[in-house]
Amino acid sequence: MQKFQLNRRKFLTSAALGASGLALSGCDAFDSISNPDSSVRKFLEGANDLTYRVQRLLIGRDALAQEFSESDIRQPQRPNGVTAPDDATYKGLLSNDFADWRLEVTGLVEKPLSLSREQLMNMPARTQITRHDCVEGWSCIAKWTGTPLSLVLDQAVVKPQARYVMFHCLDTIDRDLSGDVKYYGTIDLIDARHPQTILAYGLNGKPLPVENGAPLRVRVERQLGYKMPKYVHRIELIDSFAAIGRGKGGYWEDNGYDWYAGI
Amino acid sequence: MPTPSNPDTLVYRQSGWTRLTHWIWAIALFFLLLTGLQIFNAHPALYIGKQSGFAFDNSILQIGTIQGENGPRGVTDIFGKRFDTTGVLGLSESGGQLRGRAFPAWATIPSHQDLGTGRVIHFFFAWVLVGTLLVWLIASAVNGHLRRDLAPGIDDIKKLPSDIAAHARLKFHHTRDYNTLQKLAYGGVLFILLPLMILTGLAMSPAVDAWLPLVDLFGGRQTARTIHFIVMLLLVGFFVVHMLMILAAGPFNELRSILTGWYRTDPPHRGEPEGSA
Repeated sequence: MQKFQLNRRKFLTSAALGASGLALSGCDAFDSISNPDSSVRKFLEGANDLTYRVQRLLIGRDALAQEFSESDIRQPQRPNGVTAPDDATYKGLLSNDFADWRLEVTGLVEKPLSLSREQLMNMPARTQITRHDCVEGWSCIAKWTGTPLSLVLDQAVVKPQARYVMFHCLDTIDRDLSGDVKYYGTIDLIDARHPQTILAYGLNGKPLPVENGAPLRVRVERQLGYKMPKYVHRIELIDSFAAIGRGKGGYWEDNGYDWYAGI
Repeated sequence: MPTPSNPDTLVYRQSGWTRLTHWIWAIALFFLLLTGLQIFNAHPALYIGKQSGFAFDNSILQIGTIQGENGPRGVTDIFGKRFDTTGVLGLSESGGQLRGRAFPAWATIPSHQDLGTGRVIHFFFAWVLVGTLLVWLIASAVNGHLRRDLAPGIDDIKKLPSDIAAHARLKFHHTRDYNTLQKLAYGGVLFILLPLMILTGLAMSPAVDAWLPLVDLFGGRQTARTIHFIVMLLLVGFFVVHMLMILAAGPFNELRSILTGWYRTDPPHRGEPEGSA
């Protein structure tokens, strides 16, 4: 995801330049829409809510994303974003093959959980060959194996007021004034309970590699790649993400990307 | 309908629906094009098939920057053939310095690299385009615009060769009705290119794929993305020809008709009915 991060760096640089009133080039008349506080932008963003509502209305709750055959797996899954977390905690866990790693399930649940990798792998698994669509535009087909998220949610017993599932990750994606920013993201309970939404620990018949999110990443097959966090270590049931980050529901969302990435 | 001062030659040609939707499309397509190029810049390559080949090659277009002997160059690979496109594609100037980017800053909204904002604007105007197309379709079916003005008849087909010859010589007959090439061009844009654009756009949505397997119809998501790009080129081509034709046919009269509805037709010739169909 080098390109993606470069874009973001350029975006921030450009936003800063734009803010200081420097015209960057010829077609810069609409550059102010990049500003997250722009009222024009807020208006235009309404279209994404419309997309979300229309897709939820038309597309069945459990309608499956396309699945492919073994012969469609023609290359390794292209890694993106952080591919080698430099975090001490992560490197410590990696050094003994994630034996000390736990998946915590917290927040609005009746029974908070702390699951080892073995416990997760002993639960019923789902394997699916699906197409990963990156927001940048490329696609890659791979076989994913993991525990359906719905089984984990059932075990934790989700409280009725919960509305979103938030994923907390181990990788540092950014640094801001308050320190390291670890990747985070949210999905609604419809996607969380979708049959193809799995906590994947296997890729193409092998353990999930570090570059693709070991020991555990999410697959949300009806959305784009940035909605599928890697290096997950905690799942939190929440009723609002207004107070998290800049309030948009995820790391990329807080940097100008739509919360709903079904298109 | 009010009668203009010169009833012989000034006719009411474009209904309010046609004029309104025309201008909404013009604005929507402007933003869709420039934000589309912004989105393309995030991964400036096109492929044929279900996925993008990283360990195999199914690309048909790639725009990038290479290190040449005398510094960086912008290059465009089409079907494996490399073109040096420095200055426009792959490497171009913005903010006083050369930048490695597929389409140049003047061709994208925002001018700087910002995929998130490009998507926000793109999807807003995608909805505007779809909504306007539906409004236009209903209005045009009801007011007879489709049947009367756009559907080519036997007459139009017969007149096609002479119409092509007339256009080639830039000789235009100003009549109330569209000529054959106009019918084909407008009909082609409204009934083929724009629907194809919308359908290939939807086919790229992983959620829509779970509902309607449009993506298979187009031969896979990456092929759908490639078609989306090619149709963009065709629409740009249409726009260029559209502008040239307006200039050649008389921009004042043409603009008046798409702004006010009124169009000045040629004085009727002896023994020749005004217009046809």
